[in-house]
Amino acid sequence: MIARCALLLGGLVIAMSQLAFAVGGRMSSPKTIEAGSSFSMQIAGSGNATLFIVGTGQVIKRDVQLGQPIFFAAGSLYNAGHYLAVLSGDSFTEVESLDVLPASKPASLSFLAKPSRLPVGMHAGITGAVYVFDAYHNLIFEPMPLSFQLSSSTGAVQKRIVSTRYGAAWTEMDSTAQQGMDKFVARIGEIASTRIVGQVPGDPCSLKMNALESGHQVLLVTDAVRDCNGNAIPDGTIVTFTQTFNGSQSTVDEPLKNGIAQVTISAHNGALLSVASGVVMGNQIRWEK
Amino acid sequence: MLRLFLIICTVLTATSASLFAQATVRIEAANLQGSRPLQEQTGRAAIRDYLQSWQALTAALEQNRADLLDPDFVGSAKDTISATIQQQAALGISTRYQDRAHDVQLVFYSPEGLSIEMTDNVEYDLQLLDHGRVKTVQHVSARYVIVVTPAEVRWRVRVFQGTPR
Repeated sequence: MIARCALLLGGLVIAMSQLAFAVGGRMSSPKTIEAGSSFSMQIAGSGNATLFIVGTGQVIKRDVQLGQPIFFAAGSLYNAGHYLAVLSGDSFTEVESLDVLPASKPASLSFLAKPSRLPVGMHAGITGAVYVFDAYHNLIFEPMPLSFQLSSSTGAVQKRIVSTRYGAAWTEMDSTAQQGMDKFVARIGEIASTRIVGQVPGDPCSLKMNALESGHQVLLVTDAVRDCNGNAIPDGTIVTFTQTFNGSQSTVDEPLKNGIAQVTISAHNGALLSVASGVVMGNQIRWEK
Repeated sequence: MLRLFLIICTVLTATSASLFAQATVRIEAANLQGSRPLQEQTGRAAIRDYLQSWQALTAALEQNRADLLDPDFVGSAKDTISATIQQQAALGISTRYQDRAHDVQLVFYSPEGLSIEMTDNVEYDLQLLDHGRVKTVQHVSARYVIVVTPAEVRWRVRVFQGTPR
C-alpha cells in the first residue's frame, strides 16, 4: 500500500512537471487513424527520445530521433481503441491522444441463429443476431445496412434489411409451412454467413383411425398422420389408443411406422375406442360387433 | 420495472483494488434494440460483472499477467488484452488503469439472450511505467463499447473496444 501511494505521488510529480514541458508541442500526431493503416508523426527538436503508444488493445515502444518524422507501416496499429502517444526524453514528456477507428470495410460476421430446429409455421420463431467486424476483428460501429434472408427448400424467401447499431443487428423470421432444411443468411456487402435451420412438422392434425374386425380381435389403424400444413409426422412419434369399457380404461402406445400407427386389441362389444398423439385428440369409435 | 430502474440514474460505488480506487458509476436509461425484454436482475448482473472486470484488467496490465483475465474476459477481448500484456512484458512496460468514473448504458440485448452490449463513458487514470520508472500519469476520458456473454455463473466480457467520445 505504501509503495503504491509512493508510486502514485511520484507519478503526480512527473505529471505536473510534464505540463511545463508539454507547452512546447514537439509532437504532432494524427487524432484518429483507421485500424491497420499507415501513418506518421512529426516530432520537433533534436536529440533522442522514446515514443510509447499505449492502450488496452496494443502497446508500441520506439526509440526515436527528434526532428525526424516517424513512420508506422500499415498493420502496425490495428486494434481499435483509445491510445496515448507518450514521447519521453531526458528532460521532457509529452502526451497526445490517438483514436484508432475500425476499418470501414466489414470482413467477418458473428452470426447466431436460434433455434437450429423448430416446428413449421411458428410466427417469429427464428431469431438472428449479428455483430460486424473488420479484418482485424474490430467491431464496426458505423451504421450500415445488413440483410437477413431465410430460404426454404421450396423456394419461399423471407428477407429483411436492417441497419446495424453499435455494430449489432437482429431480426425475427417465421418458420415456413414446409418441413426441410432452410438456409438463414446474414449478408453485409460481400460478406455473408449462413446457418441451417431445420424445420420439422408441427403437431399432428386431424388424427383419424379406423377399426377393422380381425378374427376375435380388432385392428385399429390410423390414416397417414400429418400436421396441419400436410407435412408427414416423423416415424417414432407415439400414438396412444384407448379403450374405455364399463368404467375401466386400457391404453396402448404405438410409434408411427411408415407414417401410420396400428395395433390389434381385444375389444369388448360396446367399448369406446379413441386415439390421440401428444395433446391432439383423434376420432372416437363405438365398437359394435 | 427495468426502465424505472434505469431511468433513475443510480450512483453506485464500485469496489476496487486500491485505496484510491472508488469509481463512481452512473447507469443511463437503457436504449435497447432487440425483441427480448431485459429483466432488471439480468441487466444489473451484466453491468456488475462488467464493472468488476476492470479490477482484473487493472491487475493484469499492471502485473503483466494474462491469467488474471481468465475469470472476467473471454474470446477476442481476452485475446487482445493478453496480446497487449505480452507486448508490455517484452518491452519492459507496465500500465496501470485506475477507473474513476463510469457512465454505462445498455444498448443491445440479443433476441436469444446470449449477449448484451453496452457503452461506457469511462474516466480513468493511466500510469505508464518503463522498467519500473513512472513515465507519465494521465487522466483519460474514453468511450468503450462492451459485449458481454453469459458463462457458468457470470457475464464475461467478449468485446472491449474503445471508440472516440
